[in-house]
Formats: sequence, structure tokens, C-alpha cells
Amino acid sequence: MLSSLAGVLFDGFAYGMLLFLLSVGLSVTLGMMNFVNLAHCSFAMVGGYATVSLMGKLGWPFLATLPMAFLAAGLVSILLERTLYRKLYRATDLDQCLLTIGIVFISIAAYAWFYTTEQQSIQVPEYLQGSVQAMGMTFAAYRIFLIMTGLVVLGLLVFLVERTRFGAQVRAAVDNQRMARGLGIDVDRAFMFTFALGGGLAGLGGALSIQMVGLDPTFALSYLVYVLIVVAVGGLGSIGGSFAAASVLGISDMAGKYYFPWLGAFLIYLVMVALLMWRPAGLFGKR
Amino acid sequence: MRWHPLEIVFWLCTLLPFVVTPNYLSLASQIAITALFALSLDLILGYAGIVSLGHAAFFGVGAYTAGLLAKHYWSEPLTGLVLAALAAGLVGYATSHIIVRFRHLALIMLTMGFGLLLHEAANSASGLTGGADGLQGFKVPAVLGFRFDMFGRAAYAYSLLILFACFLVARRIVNSPFGLALRGIRENALRMPAIGAPSRAHLRKAYTIAAVMAGIAGAVLTHTTSTVSLETLSFGRSADVLVILILGGAGRLYGGIIGAIIYMVARDQFSGLNPQYWYFWIGLLLVTVVMFLPNGILGGFARFFPRKT
Amino acid sequence: MVAQDIALELPRGARHALIGPNGAGKTTLMNLMTGMLAPDSGRIFLDGAEITRDKPHDRVKKGLARTFQINTLFPQLSALESVALAVLEREGNAHNWWRGLPRFGGAIHEAQGILDSLKIPSRKETRELPYGQQRLLEIALALATRPKVLLLDEPAAGVPKDESAALFDAIDGLSRDLTILFIEHDMDVVFRFASRIIVMVGGRILVQGPPAEIARDERVREVYLGKARLAA
Repeated sequence: MLSSLAGVLFDGFAYGMLLFLLSVGLSVTLGMMNFVNLAHCSFAMVGGYATVSLMGKLGWPFLATLPMAFLAAGLVSILLERTLYRKLYRATDLDQCLLTIGIVFISIAAYAWFYTTEQQSIQVPEYLQGSVQAMGMTFAAYRIFLIMTGLVVLGLLVFLVERTRFGAQVRAAVDNQRMARGLGIDVDRAFMFTFALGGGLAGLGGALSIQMVGLDPTFALSYLVYVLIVVAVGGLGSIGGSFAAASVLGISDMAGKYYFPWLGAFLIYLVMVALLMWRPAGLFGKR
Repeated sequence: MRWHPLEIVFWLCTLLPFVVTPNYLSLASQIAITALFALSLDLILGYAGIVSLGHAAFFGVGAYTAGLLAKHYWSEPLTGLVLAALAAGLVGYATSHIIVRFRHLALIMLTMGFGLLLHEAANSASGLTGGADGLQGFKVPAVLGFRFDMFGRAAYAYSLLILFACFLVARRIVNSPFGLALRGIRENALRMPAIGAPSRAHLRKAYTIAAVMAGIAGAVLTHTTSTVSLETLSFGRSADVLVILILGGAGRLYGGIIGAIIYMVARDQFSGLNPQYWYFWIGLLLVTVVMFLPNGILGGFARFFPRKT
Repeated sequence: MVAQDIALELPRGARHALIGPNGAGKTTLMNLMTGMLAPDSGRIFLDGAEITRDKPHDRVKKGLARTFQINTLFPQLSALESVALAVLEREGNAHNWWRGLPRFGGAIHEAQGILDSLKIPSRKETRELPYGQQRLLEIALALATRPKVLLLDEPAAGVPKDESAALFDAIDGLSRDLTILFIEHDMDVVFRFASRIIVMVGGRILVQGPPAEIARDERVREVYLGKARLAA
């Protein structure tokens, strides 16, 4: 009984780390510029497909593809931001939603064209396969890897935001954009880098998802719902919030599937609705 | 309220399919149903400013109610319609109490959340709803003596008449003091209480009316196709109707209808091709509309369809 | 603590001005009075009846109206539609979804009258009106609710000199039965219209009294160090 609970917590937390990587970028950019980028998961796909190509066509080792996934997604984000997104910073929420959904659709078509609609799979290295025995329980090696990656990223992000000048600029811009500009902070440049960082992290998340949940062109839409839930529940602009919300949601989802399989995804949606009603600005949101 | 000549022309043209494209009458019914669904969304999105990503919930409730009635041997459509509208209205009224307390992202997510919850519930309660397979094995044979056959004449006449009736109601609402109040809420929600307006009460009413109309659309779908699919409650349907409304232009009464016509005809034409192409063109269309036609197609033609004052 | 220990009385027909440095809590006080903010303690009465727990729109129905420091109008509604809406809400007709707007001639006529008295063009969309007329529309909206008490939050804020005359005429022309409290930074406006001045500093009321007294008050001068007008 206890070991199955621990197993659910472990698996759920690992899944939560994945959601965290996929969502943190969106949360910060939403909090900073109030720009609703529903194409965020398309960036994740950039990373995922980059890994697939590098491993499949060029034979790169898995771990080496991860930084490339990050970079590729980051570059695509900057490209989109410079060309299309910056024209719509003053537009309504709805318009931003629609534009970015349009981009999602186009990206789905593009990926289907180049990679077919089939599920992609990769061979992760030996040391990430299999499982580890500890305390009388079995833990999947890949999930340990996910958790470690998630925690390392969290640590790096917190360091970046709390200890660097760039981080201070981001915090100021999230808190009060007008005032930040008034203080001479180049908000647009800070935003561009934040956007790139967020997109890159999504790309990393996309690459890491292949082993756990698979990758096909509809990924951007299927996971959009979960990412939005994490962002709304965690609170816009909050790294800690994304982490907490992603963990809660990952664990709830696993717990639901394990203990109440007949509920399906009902539990996650119920948790979201309840949490939002309790804290409309998110667990760690402003206001 | 005087009718613009183009409006009269438009509604007369809706009779054309009977004569000009008699092989496409079932598509025409689908368009009419979708148009009604989009019109119901316009009431809360275009006029009251509530962005809902879960409007399919009411469409589905209407569809399932009509289906369940028919399955349990009550297959008279018009009374089924009334009961379905009532059911959808009740669900709308209940959720409206929660919805109107929130704004911005929380509001959008809550509407989406309720839609997802209902979809999952229907998926799981397969004893009642047939689960993922939906409701089948019943037949709605006719409405007022006109048989629903494969030619689709009765189906289109039925859908068109219901659309027109609901349109008349929507038109009245939009040109009434209540319609003005809704636009006030959309234009500046903060100012409304400062002029003595009970905004939440207004919004609950609008939300309920929109739910009723969406439920009617769902019921008509059930009656004309004698089947209910789980998809009627899906997020995809909520997203589709949003795209359709924006395409045509929200807040202009006819936007949903125009959007539905264009979207459904295009989808029918492209259905032979790979689904990838469909996604690509819709995506491109969305990007274009947002960048260049921010008020939808009707907004582009604003000279000919002035906003009703 | 943004506002504390406020004890304030507004007699009927008053023309009171609320002044103080930025951040003194003046707008917060107005938000508390109108119900946009809930007080941690204390009670509010209107015409002898307690309104402390009333929702903002209920307070408006009981006769308390306000304008906003930053224009809070309906951009795509015309001035006539905006004021008519306020009238319809007051009359309790705004819930009516069956009858067409033109049939509510009384409300439209009344709205037109208010707009005419303030010389605001009625058919243009609000967002097309010049700033000064938008400020007047703020007041028109508040007047349409037939208030007993009117709270004006910096009515002259940002109005260029050439448009301010119309604004002052409008304030001048307000009924003597109407009780008015207004926040202002412009001392010309304050000394022109106020029969009593309340000075707020750091969330508390520093002193209140007739203008001449306030002008001579040492503490007020300290707060407004450098304001030549108060010394006059």
C-alpha cells in the first residue's frame, strides 16, 4: 500500500517535472508581457523533433541532443517573437490566442508533412533504461533522470532570477512593466531573452517527453491544455508557482490513473477548477 | 427595428439550397446548426465580452438530452427541443453563478475546465451516454409530419426555421436595453457598478440565454442525424465555434452565420485532402484574420453592415 | 494601512474638497465610500441609513455616485448610449431584453438633456471625443444616476487650459441640493469651489476647515512646502 503510494508520488513527480519544463517559460512570459502564446508547445515540438532527427539521421547520442533541442527551440522562439509576436503586444487576449493557435495549426501541418503523423520514438542510452532498486522499491531510471533535470533547471532558474542583474530586470518587468521602463530597464530586450529561454526550456521538455509520453504532430494541442492548467494554477510570472502546480498536477494525474482509473482525466480538471476558484490568480500569482 | 435590405436578401438566399444544390441539403443543415451555435456564443463573447473555451458543454447537453429522450421512446422533436433547451439552460444557469465571479485567464480556464469535466463525465458514464461511442440505435423519424429522409429537405427546413427563430430572439436582445447593458459590460466592466448596474445578474442572464440557444442547436443536430457523438462535448468543438465566430466577426449578429458558412463549406471542399492541409490553411487563415482583419470578415465589410446603434 | 481613523461628515449641499499629497489615501477613501474596497473596521452611512455592507451598485441606487480620476468610459458606445444606459439602469429597465431601445424615449430624452447641459455631442463614439469632453462625460454618467452625493476624483486632471472653462462651468452649474466631495490637486479649482477643505496626509485626516483657515494652517503649509498659492 505504502510502496504503491510512493510509486505514484515518484512517477507523478517525474511527470510533473516534465510539465514544469514545458510550462515555466509560458508562465514567465505571460506574467511579463501578458502575451498569451498558445504556440508554446510548438516550441516543445521543435526540441522533440530536433532530438529525433539528430539521433535518427546523424546518430548523435541522446544527451548531446538535449542542448541542441534547447537551442533550436530558443532560436525559433526568437524568430517568431521578432517577426510576428511583437506586433501584437497591445492586442486583446483573444487576438493573441487566435494568432498563436493559428501558428500551432500551421506547425502541426508542417511537422506532419516532414515527419509523418506517426508516433516518434527514440532509443535512450542504456544507463537511462531499466530501473534502480532502493528502499525495497523499484524506480525507473529515466524518471530519476527527469526529476534530477527538473530540479537542476529549477535551481538554475531561481539563481538566475534571484542573483543576476538580468533576473532582477525580469522580476521588475513582471512586477510593474511601466515602472521598469521608467527606471531605464530595456524591457523589450529582457523579454526577448526571457522568451528565448522559455522556448528553449519547452524544447528541452519536448525532447525529454518522447521517452515518457511520445511525440506526434498533435503534441502541441494535446499538451496545451495541461500547460495552461499549470500556468493558471501556478500563477502568472512565477517560477515557484509553475513548479508547485506542475508537481501537484503530475501527481494528481498519476494518482487518478492509478486509484480511480474510471475517472480518467476528470480528476485533473476537477483539481484545476477547484484550485482556480480558491485562488483565481494562481497559487503564487500577483494580486 | 428596421431590416436592412441586404438582410432580407440574405435570408431569402438561405432558401436557395432547396433549389440550387439539392444534393447538399445535409451540409446545409449542418451549417445552419453550427451557425446557431456560433450565434449563441456571440451573445456572450461578442456582446458581453466573456471569452468561453467551453461553450460546447451546452451544445452537448442539448444534444444528449434530445438523444436520451428519443432513445427512451419520446421521439417527437419539438417537445424534445424544449426539454433540451431547458436542460442546457439549467446547466448554464448553475455554472453562470461561478463563471461571473472571475475575469481574465481564470475565467477562460474555468470555462474550459467545466467543458472538459462534462466531456470526461460523459465519457465515463457509458451506461447512460454510451461513452466514447455516443448514443446510437434510436431514430427521430419526422418533425410535424415531415419525414427526415436521406434527401435532407425536412432536416434543412427544420434547422433553418429554428435558426431563424433564434436569430429573431437574438436580434431583439441585441437591440434592447439589456443588449446595451451587455455591451457596457464588454466595453468597461469597471464602470458598470458605478452607474448602478448589477453586472453579475446581467451576465448570468446572458450566459443562461446563450446556453439555451446552444442547447437548441445541439438538439437539432440530434434530431436531424439520429445520433449523438461524444464529440459534441469536446474541447475541439468549443475551439472550432470560437474560430468560426471570430472569422465572421464577433458582436455583429451575423458574424457567426457568415463564419459558419465559410468554415463548413471550406471544410467540406477540403475534406478529400489530407487533414494536414486542413490544419495548414485554417492556421494561415487565423493568422491572416488576426493580422489584417481584426474584426473578422464582417468587420472588413463594416461599411455595409453598420453596427446596430 | 492606507487609510485610518477617518471620521468624515458631509452635510447636504456641501462643496467639500479633499486635498493632500500623492499617496495620502484620498482615492482609497473614495473607493471605501463607494464600496470598491471593504473597510477592516468602521461604518458608512448615507442619509442616515447604513451602507457599510452594500455592494457598489446598491450604493449607487441609494444615491451615491462617483467619477474616476482616469477616464473609465465605454470606448465604443456613443455618449448618448452611455448616458442612456445609466438612466435605464437607474429606472430598472436595463434587464428588459424584449423591447427595442427606441421605445424607451423617456430615458433617451433625459440622456440627451444631460449631455446638452454639459455641451457634449451625443452621437460620436466616446473614444472619438476630445479629452476634456470625456472628462465631462464622466460627470454626465454620474449625474444620470440622480445622485444625492457625488464624489469627483480629480475632475480637472489632465484637462488642458482651453477646455477647463467648460468643465468649471459644469461643476458650477451642479445643483445646490447635491452634496459634493471632490479630490483635486489644482488649487485654483479648490479655492474656487470648496466651502470646506479636508487635508489628508499619510492615510489620516490632518485637519479640516473653511478655506481661509486651511490656507493659514502651519501644518498644511509644511505638507505643501513650496506651494505659493496656499501662502496667499
